[in-house]
Amino acid sequence: METKVLNTLDLPFCKGCGHHIIAQNTAKAIESIGVNVLDVIFVTDIGCHGIIDKALNTHTIHGLHGRSVALAMGISMTLPETKKVIVFVGDGGATIGLQHLMEAARLNINMTVVVHNNFLYGMTGGQLSGLTPKGFNTIITPEGSPYGEHDICALAVTAGANFVSRVLGIGDYSQTIKNAMETPGFSLVEVMEICTSYGVKFNPKRKLQEIVESANKPLKTWTNHRDPFKFPERKTIKNLFDELSPIEKLDVPQTLTKQVQVVLSGSAGEGVQLAATILCKAAIKHGYNITQKGTYPVTVGVGFSNAEINISPETINFHGLSSNPEFMIVTSQDGYDYSKKSMQLLRSNAVLLIDNTLPLPATEAHVLPFDFRSKGIKNACIAALFYFAKISNIIKTETLQGILAEMKMLEKFPLNTIENELSTVETIKS
Amino acid sequence: MNTIEKKEVILDDSRVIMEALAQAGADAYIGYPITPSSAMYLHASTRYPYMLPAPDEISTLQYMSGLSIVGHIPVSATSFPGFALMLESLNMAYMLELPMVIILTQRLGPSTGTATGGAQGDIALLHGMISGGHPVPVLCPSSIEDCWFLSPKAVEIAVKLRTPVIILSSKERATTSRNFDVSTLPPIKPIARKYYDKKEPYVPYKTDDSLIPDFLPVTTNQHQVRMTSSTHDQKGIIQHTNEESMQNTMRLEKKILKYIDDYCYYEHIQNKSDSLIVSYGVTANAAEEASKLLSKENKKVDVLIVKTLLPVPTSIYDLITRYKKVVFAEDNINGQFAKIIYGERMPNHVTYVGSIGKMLSPEDIIKGGKF
Repeated sequence: METKVLNTLDLPFCKGCGHHIIAQNTAKAIESIGVNVLDVIFVTDIGCHGIIDKALNTHTIHGLHGRSVALAMGISMTLPETKKVIVFVGDGGATIGLQHLMEAARLNINMTVVVHNNFLYGMTGGQLSGLTPKGFNTIITPEGSPYGEHDICALAVTAGANFVSRVLGIGDYSQTIKNAMETPGFSLVEVMEICTSYGVKFNPKRKLQEIVESANKPLKTWTNHRDPFKFPERKTIKNLFDELSPIEKLDVPQTLTKQVQVVLSGSAGEGVQLAATILCKAAIKHGYNITQKGTYPVTVGVGFSNAEINISPETINFHGLSSNPEFMIVTSQDGYDYSKKSMQLLRSNAVLLIDNTLPLPATEAHVLPFDFRSKGIKNACIAALFYFAKISNIIKTETLQGILAEMKMLEKFPLNTIENELSTVETIKS
Repeated sequence: MNTIEKKEVILDDSRVIMEALAQAGADAYIGYPITPSSAMYLHASTRYPYMLPAPDEISTLQYMSGLSIVGHIPVSATSFPGFALMLESLNMAYMLELPMVIILTQRLGPSTGTATGGAQGDIALLHGMISGGHPVPVLCPSSIEDCWFLSPKAVEIAVKLRTPVIILSSKERATTSRNFDVSTLPPIKPIARKYYDKKEPYVPYKTDDSLIPDFLPVTTNQHQVRMTSSTHDQKGIIQHTNEESMQNTMRLEKKILKYIDDYCYYEHIQNKSDSLIVSYGVTANAAEEASKLLSKENKKVDVLIVKTLLPVPTSIYDLITRYKKVVFAEDNINGQFAKIIYGERMPNHVTYVGSIGKMLSPEDIIKGGKF
């Protein structure tokens, strides 16, 4: 025999199993709503209930154990309310995917979840789930489960579901499922059953109603009145390149004939990466190619922050730490500690600009201590760039000033405090 | 004459990949923050018509699968810790034959390793991530231009072959900034989706010689759509191991292998040498530089930058076979790509150089490759 929703009433469940009744009640609810069966999408979990797919005339999607709610969320989130997304999941799947249920309720996604709660994992031999009532016998806990169980309805209501109901899995409860399906947003119906194969076997003297009552699980309906999920409307979508400011090249002669590397070592939170970007912008304005690689720990605002910048009149292939960086700038103790070995390995043609509060490392490089940090810790790296510009002659200090002005940072930068000293700094000839 | 205005900007691969995928027709992004892919998440938050934060990576792949079932082309970006959590769901998406693109930005493992450290340590995982050993297409950009070219190809492969596709990046490519004139990047045409439109009943996993079943989203109310991630027949009905369902499972592998050579991308830098450096991603940049440094010493070496990494296309094998000396360069210590091609026991003329905790440099390649 066939109904509009079910192509057979010979369902693939054990004789006497409540899953038959859930399928029939759900089919009746769909028919009474009058929705086109092909506007209904069933998403089934792994478990005995999940093999219903082939008996359904609706769309059917069968995924992973415990993930049906999350899969259904993806299906539902861009569909109109006229589409009905129904999830069949067991108490095992609900345990595995508990977070998905909470998220679907929190976001209030349009869907109806029917939890087939027969207190155990049936397909795998009758093991307890997170919804197995305390004291219920399973193959794993033959003396009764010593653990408490989740109240899935209470959790769903608390998380924000618009309609939640618990029913005994006997007789006609199609009206409850219909009410759930007609409620906009997230709805959940927990159907209490006893597994005829393992529940009855391990708990021969117990009756369904008594189990539900002794577990203190009231058969009732709860509601919230929250707006169902809707994707926020995006009025305009911009190309990701539009938000990048083009960098205009200056009409200045180039002084650099080969690729050089500048390593900037300082402390996180002190603007090392920002200073590196300013240096890169300046180099691009002077017509060079650049790469900027950052190295930092996972912490935010704590520890070292290192930037390796390549500047070249040619195409830059390898952008990692060079075996022979031409310039190294160290502005803080964190940077000093991180780059200690690199400083020692600097060759005689390299220049090390270092804050004058730091110890001078043993290195072949030309070491130039300056007062970076007294300009304010947030300004130390940018101050160092001015010294670098003067010493290297790769970029002009005016270019740096121009960039700071463009970035509206010039007013806050104490340029006057370094101007005197800068005027005495000489360019190093390569 | 119209001239396109030059636009020199500072950008990184993360931005280019996200823009290229969006232009190619990817319209949904499911994400969460994970180093070093967080920039892609940020870019997606303004660029993709549908964007949703997910609580975890299992949810991410499930939401993406649901969106794909409805007809969207979803994207997410992650690194190993998140990718590991995605694997079961990725197998599901593979079995359901759902188009989607995942960007795997490699960082130093094992486990959480060094989140902000670079590495190329995940290709062995990608090679064997589907239970049964079936291949998933993996594309690997090593330049801005590659990101622009390969990202739409990833969308095309995902849609045409009905499969998840991986774009393999790494911390050192995804987060390193460089100057680039974006006006040189041609606009990308969005992919045209073709759905089943016949009157005859739709049989979801029935195929002709193309081996690729027609797609029909569950938004239709003309035909019934069935999909299952368990072993299934052409109708999408769960089966044990009957002939039809086994044919279907084997088809998943065959369809990828049938078409991968159509999507074989590589760059072959030829200096008339009989020695070859094989590399990919960020290490390809070092390989190219090594070749330049060697030429200054009048030593010649060719370079093969592989961009279609998996399944390894026939032409890659053919090309490598021509050389008397082959050196693989990768940012790992076990020659993962070399071993995918040659197995654990490599021929005498093949070696690999690698690194851990730092980028493999051109000098490392020259020294380790004994050039």
